[in-house]
Amino acid sequence: MASRPNKLSSFNIAALALGLAFLYLPIVILIIYSFNASRLVTVWGGWSLQWYGEFFHDEAMIDAAWMSLRVGATSATLATILGTLAAVALARGAGFRGRTLFSGMLYAPLVMPEVITGLSLLLLFVAIDAERGFWTVVIAHTTLTMCFVSVVVQARLGALDRSLEEAAMDLGCGPARAFLSVTLPLILPSVAAGWMLAFTLSLDDLVIASFTTGPGSATLPIRIYSEVRLGVKPEINAICTLVVALIALVIVAASLASKMSDARGKSAAPL
Amino acid sequence: MSGRSIFTRPARFAAIAPYLWMALFFLVPFLFVLKISLSQTAIAQPPYTPVFDVAEGWEAIKSAFAALSLDNFHLLVTDDLYVLSYLRSLMVAAVSTAILLAIGYPVAYGMARLPPRWQAIAMMLVIVPFWTSFLIRIYAWINILQHDGLLNEVLLALHLVSSPVVWLSTDSAMYLGIVYSYLPFMILPLYATLSKMDPALLEAASDLGASPLAAFWRVTFPLSLPGIGAGALLCFIPIVGEFVIPDLLAGSDALMIGQTLWLEFFTNKDWPVASATAVVLLLLLLAPLLLYERLQRRQLEQA
Repeated sequence: MASRPNKLSSFNIAALALGLAFLYLPIVILIIYSFNASRLVTVWGGWSLQWYGEFFHDEAMIDAAWMSLRVGATSATLATILGTLAAVALARGAGFRGRTLFSGMLYAPLVMPEVITGLSLLLLFVAIDAERGFWTVVIAHTTLTMCFVSVVVQARLGALDRSLEEAAMDLGCGPARAFLSVTLPLILPSVAAGWMLAFTLSLDDLVIASFTTGPGSATLPIRIYSEVRLGVKPEINAICTLVVALIALVIVAASLASKMSDARGKSAAPL
Repeated sequence: MSGRSIFTRPARFAAIAPYLWMALFFLVPFLFVLKISLSQTAIAQPPYTPVFDVAEGWEAIKSAFAALSLDNFHLLVTDDLYVLSYLRSLMVAAVSTAILLAIGYPVAYGMARLPPRWQAIAMMLVIVPFWTSFLIRIYAWINILQHDGLLNEVLLALHLVSSPVVWLSTDSAMYLGIVYSYLPFMILPLYATLSKMDPALLEAASDLGASPLAAFWRVTFPLSLPGIGAGALLCFIPIVGEFVIPDLLAGSDALMIGQTLWLEFFTNKDWPVASATAVVLLLLLLAPLLLYERLQRRQLEQA
């Protein structure tokens, strides 16, 4: 036989390599240019850290970054608690009244255009006369990201061997005890991965934050967006590189978490 | 089995908090969108006249219902600006999804053929950009595509063009940005179905005399249809309402509906028209949304 059907062909390798290069090259170029000494973005003037210095002297940008980190950490924590509860209910609760509506509400935000989610939340906040700022953005981001957490944790719960929980209960554990001492430790890596996914999604969001924030409390993406509209500036390259570095750290932590989960003898959770 | 039934009841209680949260912050807000889409624009803060105020009693509610107005919706279907925005959004989403499928399928196929160890690494490499900021990745392209950006420099140096080409503020730049941003969303569901396929099926097809191409079209492709459906919906639905990418990369002569809604809300401060725009967008996306929800539920609950 000329070629085994399941072997990796050179076409497969080329498609894979090109696809990955397409995904990574622009970010690599952005990072390299953030160290450019020249003010002109396209002229290479040697290596320099001056744009990073400029960022640390830009108070409005620092405030926005701090706001984003606080919103990200708070909303990711709320989203992880609510998303994990939702995942447990869907994966272990069998059929209950309103289950279809419940899962629908959890899956729809994953694809819902952000302009709709953002506008609808803003109209709610205006109607109940809530002061817009930190907490309204936290609520908005929690609503969006808990759905992602729930998908990640639910996938893990689905792959889990249920006989472990059953064994714990046969041995006299109550359901709460069985969950806390058997299920929770086993799903913990995916819960951690869910938190980190929620954090990065919150750190990234422009549209929903633009609708739900108030005057004077811009998040980092809102600041970056208003600068980017005015054109490319080397300082923005530096800020973007810092964000990419932070997210890279989070990803390393998440992959360590999923390694731990692999070590427990289960398949890795998706995302 | 008795153990499972003990666990089921408490698990249902876990639904209470997230259920209330999503009802309050996801479902109820749509009622406000609907309500405001039926009210009149006003120059005030907030910029609309309330349709009704429950505090004023039953008579006020009755008279308010009489005053409900479909003016905003009438505007949407008669003014070319909105109709063209909707059409453009649907077209851009359809074309982008087709391109994404054409690029994402070979990549996912290549991934599924890698040795298992490499598959995990390739999957990680596809997921990482999904974690990296959307906005930053679009900004990275502005760096490359601008007038004196890297792309023009390279093309000039290679003497492929004699003067810089305008890339930014064109539809091509927008399609590039969309395909770039959504590629992981297409690859992952495709990879999920392709990697679950039993290799013995292709061997059987080959043993029965099918050429590799025929085996692909008659075995692999039909079996990967659920992945194609999931990937296409996961891309198509959000692209229809996309705001950031067309705003930063496309020209300003034709708007997508997400941009129109943004403009009505933030620039024109016309909240009722913005709400009506959102209601119609939601109605357009209702069928693909329901389909996606079914696919997602089936996939997660079969696991």
